[in-house]
Amino acid sequence: MSYRVVHYINQFFAQIGGEEMAHVAPELRDGFVGPGMALNTAWKGEVEIVKTIVCGDSYFAEHEKEATEQILSWVEAEKPDLFIAGPAFNAGRYGYACATICNAVQEKLGIRVLTGMYEENPGADLKNKVLMVATTNSAAGMRKAAPTMAALALKILKGEKLGACVEEGYMPNGIRVNFFEKERGAKRAVDMLVKKLNGQPFTTEYPMPSFDRVAPNKAIKDLSKATIALCTSGGIVPKGNPDHIESSSASHYGEYCIAGVDDLTAETYETAHGGYDPVYANADADRVLPVDILREFEKEGKIGKLHDYYYSTVGNGTSVANAKKFAAEYAQKLRNAGVHAVIMTST
Amino acid sequence: MVKEIERAGIPVVHMCTVTPISMTVGANRIVPTIAIPHPLGNPALTLEEEKNIRRKLVSRALEALTTEVEDQTIFEV
Amino acid sequence: MKLELGYIQINDIQFSKECKVENGTLYVDPDAVKAFMYEDDDVKDWVKSFKFDIAKPGENVRITPVKDVIEPRVKVEGPGGVFPGVISKVDTVGSGKTHVLRGMAVVTAGKIVGFQEGIIDMTGPGAAYTPFSKLNNFVVVAEPKEGYENHKHEYEHAVRIAGLRAATFIGELGRAVAPDETAEFETLGIREGLEKYPNLPRVAYVHMLQSQGLLHDTYVYGVDAKRSLTTIINPTETMDGAILSGNCVSACDKNTTYHHQNNPVVAELFAAHGKTLNYVCNIITNENVYLADKQRSSDWTAKLCRLLDLDGAIVSQEGFGNPDTDLIMNTKKIEQQGVKTTIITDEYAGQDGKSQSLADADPLADAVVTGGNANEVIVLPKMDKVIGMLDYVDVIAGGHAGSLREDGSIEAEIQIITGATNEMGFNCMSAR
Repeated sequence: MSYRVVHYINQFFAQIGGEEMAHVAPELRDGFVGPGMALNTAWKGEVEIVKTIVCGDSYFAEHEKEATEQILSWVEAEKPDLFIAGPAFNAGRYGYACATICNAVQEKLGIRVLTGMYEENPGADLKNKVLMVATTNSAAGMRKAAPTMAALALKILKGEKLGACVEEGYMPNGIRVNFFEKERGAKRAVDMLVKKLNGQPFTTEYPMPSFDRVAPNKAIKDLSKATIALCTSGGIVPKGNPDHIESSSASHYGEYCIAGVDDLTAETYETAHGGYDPVYANADADRVLPVDILREFEKEGKIGKLHDYYYSTVGNGTSVANAKKFAAEYAQKLRNAGVHAVIMTST
Repeated sequence: MVKEIERAGIPVVHMCTVTPISMTVGANRIVPTIAIPHPLGNPALTLEEEKNIRRKLVSRALEALTTEVEDQTIFEV
Repeated sequence: MKLELGYIQINDIQFSKECKVENGTLYVDPDAVKAFMYEDDDVKDWVKSFKFDIAKPGENVRITPVKDVIEPRVKVEGPGGVFPGVISKVDTVGSGKTHVLRGMAVVTAGKIVGFQEGIIDMTGPGAAYTPFSKLNNFVVVAEPKEGYENHKHEYEHAVRIAGLRAATFIGELGRAVAPDETAEFETLGIREGLEKYPNLPRVAYVHMLQSQGLLHDTYVYGVDAKRSLTTIINPTETMDGAILSGNCVSACDKNTTYHHQNNPVVAELFAAHGKTLNYVCNIITNENVYLADKQRSSDWTAKLCRLLDLDGAIVSQEGFGNPDTDLIMNTKKIEQQGVKTTIITDEYAGQDGKSQSLADADPLADAVVTGGNANEVIVLPKMDKVIGMLDYVDVIAGGHAGSLREDGSIEAEIQIITGATNEMGFNCMSAR
């Protein structure tokens, strides 16, 4: 039995007409229409387009909610293995429709999706959400786009692991995937530098990210009434690392009670961190997590209270997404415990 | 991580040695520390001297927490 | 400065009472190697025992925990000897002739301190990620004396010296052997180079050395790189072992001594020299744990780039995490001097590849080559034979509780594999 696909195209590719027919409402047809033929041919019977949905670009743009609901109900009834839209090349409204409807199908129906368009198409804004094949900017690129989309569709349908974007032909989607280049890294670096020096175009293998910002919270008014909590990415854990925090790429964080602890000693605490020379932290963990001093300040009344729990992770090689998740989780715990401020130490 | 704590509405001070990373990732209150393997200590000193330094650094961190800031600020020690 | 390398191809290693290189085979007596290693007092003081083994490409063998990989070489003409300032006297190397036993390496293995790093699989899926699966490896497994826990720095030093001595002993066997192939590498003086290639862009290699403390150090002519200012070195000096690995943490992106001896950036810049660019020299700079050091060293790097009137520089990183800042500081400051850069790094984008890859970032770092995502998960099947020990796999970087499964296979991130995401660009692996 072959895999079943529902295909979405616009009025132009369905040969209903150009701009003058862009107002047509969605319509459901049997089998493939227009560019679906190229896909069907490439699949050699392994995959089949069972239905094609045709919709005018202006109609979709002007009646997005109705169009989406109608299309979703058709797709839901058909229960395809994959939903494909386009390719839309550089047609702006068509690309937007392809990306939007793919996103809806995958989110609402949990059906896998694939589309294709030119990288500057406004629809490509959704490239981190919807898998998109990068095409040329005109329909003349169909001959190249169709086999790429067909091959990618087959991989998705068979549940195979996707290679890197440059191998498979999809647009970079924020997911880093390893693959083997033809040349070694040093050669690629020299070639890239020579291009850069000669003012020729070159493509970086890793575009630099930009960071979001969070506005600072209000300062603490009265320290002597404040509960202060300690957190660290330096991997300080009770001796023996009871939670098995990994030395690198940590998959979880530790929550440890320090009520009644006045000093971290070599006998009681150590570091699980694998990214720095552990000798100094193992000998005296206060060098990373200053429990001794805060306890002293607590007794003096300089601070109200040192929070009974501290939170510890290993920064070393731990992905930013994980670190974010850990911190978001224990930040809630700190909030619920009425902690007023946090001292975070890093190694 | 500091950002997530800040996002939860709790003022936070980041004590770290590599302040440029702290700036890049977006900590708002930053206190520079001694060295990566021992941010709040210095094994070259006696335990008492070390404790004095640690006391100074932690005091500075508490000062940072009681100081209103509008933008990313490094509280030099 | 001109150096001729004479490559002696080694296709096989065999234990034998007689030590020699003959018809591409290295015959070696482990007892003789052992005796030579124990001539060093530190080795005598800290190493209880050595075990020796041979691992060949394609064999069902796993070597772990790997500490260093070293290529045996011997200086046959010209001043100095291999590993100057450590094994040989401190004379400047990099000129004359050096013989290279190519196709083999000395691999040191054994536990040192808390975190045990590095796997070399000679076959199976893991073998594709490490260049050392393609070599005939003479493996030295070291066992510490009692009480070493309080003398980890000393023991690390002893193991490092032992490996270098083993490589020196074996390299010496190639002294009188006629090389199968030779190649010449020459670096010109600043003015000479300018006059010879007036129209070619002037390019240097900014070589960052990990220098973060125990198991994270690098030595240059015997000097601990963290105690050195940024400086200049002739590329050919590195071929004679002027730069040594003293680090064994973060297996995937540490530069072993073998990488330093066979630096791919040096090789590719020499290959392009006189054609598309004028290869001026190497600038070596450290990655220290103090912020003031990071600032000083990166300022110095940029200053030297300007002084040398460079047009371009290739910057290679070592390690990850806070050294990402050294990389970004170097790149930013060099670019601000009007010198164009390309940088080589690797990524920690999470097991799902969705996280941000580097700890630091700057828009001026617009030309990046990557050695791949070190967090990618791999399953390494059980091997028939393990050289070294497996009981540390759970605590090596890239391993986690449960990494070592009951059937003897290992599920871990590729950062567990020696040299997998090398940031000198030694491998073909990349990521997008």
